Amino acid sequence: MSSKTHLDRQHALRVLQDMLLIRRFEAKCVELYQAQKIRGFLHLYDGEEAVAVGVMQALGARDAVVATYREHGQAIARGVPLGPLMAEMYGKREGCCRGRGGSMHIFDRAKRFFGGNAIVGGGLPLAIGIALADKELGRGAVTACFFGEGAVGEGAFHESMNLAELWGLPVLFVCENNLYAMGVPLEQGEAETDIYRKASAYRMPAEMVDGMSPVAVESATLRAVESIRAGNGPYFLECRTYRFRAHSMFDAQLYRTREEVELWKARDPLVLMRSWLEENHMLSAQEYAAMESEVEREIDEAVAFAEAGSWEAVEDLERFTLMDEVPE
Amino acid sequence: MSKKSFRQAINEAMHQEMERDPNVILMGEDVAGGMGAPGEEDAWGGVLGVTKGLVGTYGRERVLDTPITESAFVGAAAGSAITGLRPIVELMFVDFMGVCFDQIFNQAAKFRYMFGGKAKTPLVVRTMYGAGFRAASQHSQSLYPVFTHIPGLKVAIPSSPYEAKGLLISAIRDDDPVIFFENKMMYDDEGEVPDEAYTIPFGEANLTREGKDVTIVAFGRMVNLANQAADALAKEGISCTVVDPRTTSPLDLDTILECVEDTGRLVVVDEASPRCNMATDIAAQVAQDAFAHLKAPVRMVAPPHTPVPFSPSLEDAYLPTAAKIQEAVRMTMNAAQREVA
Repeated sequence: MSSKTHLDRQHALRVLQDMLLIRRFEAKCVELYQAQKIRGFLHLYDGEEAVAVGVMQALGARDAVVATYREHGQAIARGVPLGPLMAEMYGKREGCCRGRGGSMHIFDRAKRFFGGNAIVGGGLPLAIGIALADKELGRGAVTACFFGEGAVGEGAFHESMNLAELWGLPVLFVCENNLYAMGVPLEQGEAETDIYRKASAYRMPAEMVDGMSPVAVESATLRAVESIRAGNGPYFLECRTYRFRAHSMFDAQLYRTREEVELWKARDPLVLMRSWLEENHMLSAQEYAAMESEVEREIDEAVAFAEAGSWEAVEDLERFTLMDEVPE
Repeated sequence: MSKKSFRQAINEAMHQEMERDPNVILMGEDVAGGMGAPGEEDAWGGVLGVTKGLVGTYGRERVLDTPITESAFVGAAAGSAITGLRPIVELMFVDFMGVCFDQIFNQAAKFRYMFGGKAKTPLVVRTMYGAGFRAASQHSQSLYPVFTHIPGLKVAIPSSPYEAKGLLISAIRDDDPVIFFENKMMYDDEGEVPDEAYTIPFGEANLTREGKDVTIVAFGRMVNLANQAADALAKEGISCTVVDPRTTSPLDLDTILECVEDTGRLVVVDEASPRCNMATDIAAQVAQDAFAHLKAPVRMVAPPHTPVPFSPSLEDAYLPTAAKIQEAVRMTMNAAQREVA
């Protein structure tokens, strides 16, 4: 497999459409949140689409994903069906976790999408274990583990980096560095602000990647996956990105300036990709409009699916706390 | 059937399950004895020799020595459990749970429920607990009530070599995460243990003594003390039932309630710190569901609410003893007599 990204038109359009789907899905979530259809915590992925979409292009069906609590985009990019995803946001029985997980705990075994995780850094040790099982069971799979730069402060990060390298496990560490751990700017939270440099302490190959470019992320991921599949052990990507919206629905964003947000919005991965395609005559205005309608239709269907869903029976409140019985 | 130590019983359970199921793996600090290190392979076999011989039989792919990195390897075990392996993790001392608790209670315990029943986590964490070893405050705790508190976990506390083998095999075959508590004072205790593999179901209490006056509920090593107390009290004419629930989660409350209905008196013996422990839990549930049958207030025998001391004289005073249990039983008898008088 070559690690050079082939930007054929069809592939580029799919990348753009995936990013657009994520952006519009999140916008719909905000609307539904305001209408109180979705409750609780909601962490939106706007601005960071290029990371998940770029990484997922380089993964196959056998590979595994461990996600964060800002994981709607990661789930969509991975191909988790939109209807069950939206139904999960609602807390409906038809949700991918029967409504028991919600926004922060999207899970889809068929897609090997092993959970959004609401504990910062909590997913890293799990990714090590998934990769260990895949290695021992000869599945030839790579586990892509997403986490934010805030997770780097956790002991679980360092322990997992060490063990992954020590045991030569097929793990791709994907740090989504959006420069703020909630409201704490990177330089106030980390002594070493070039996060990728931390990998060298574990003798792990690492790259800093432009996380606003799906092409850059995809090429880096292809290089990483190729190295991992060749048996060289784990690989680390620091994707520099930015979240356009607040940390969650309870954040007045007093820690950053409007100007800074606007500067990053000028690098919006969707806008840049669209302009690039248009300039290179690979996308017309009509084609983009058609793409928008397709995305809107998918989201409308997902919302209709969630709306039509049912509530879990209250009698099932305690169900699934434990396995119902011990299988033979 | 032959006489085996608690240590041998646990070792045999792991041997037989690893032989039966190639997906059973073992990991922990020094479980093999220095992975890749020169010198005698399997030199250590766990800090107390419980895993000796396993690496020689099953190899380093299935018996993994880990660095001192509990968060990573306990979490790795949980991750491997949701993708097809059946890991047994040795967490040397339960006190070390402090550095990896997230992976147990936020991760492993929640997967099945939080993911709508679509994930199973067949994970066993074997860990040492208990005071009396002169191991001081950070190596002596009896933290099983903490795990009992977490929905999604099962908690087993064997009271003999026979119980240890059967409960551990059940734990390994169970599809839920199980925390398996081994009392560090019991590894050399001997008892009759069948050579073949067998299971002891979770949530089914065992009556080690049957009597008519007082019910004593005890866990782990405390079961032996309760038996000693019951035998001594029998000579005074007080007849006791001793209930070993075997697992605190699930808890066989039905059997406890039936015994209390028969005897009308209850003493709960618990090695864990006295606030929010198994004794308070059982006392409360009995007070709620069997109040009418009680002839005397429930007595709880537990250590004082203090860290485990190192000094031998203090540690001996700290632990429940057969004598303390006897005294508690006599108090329930006297309370009843006053009532009658």
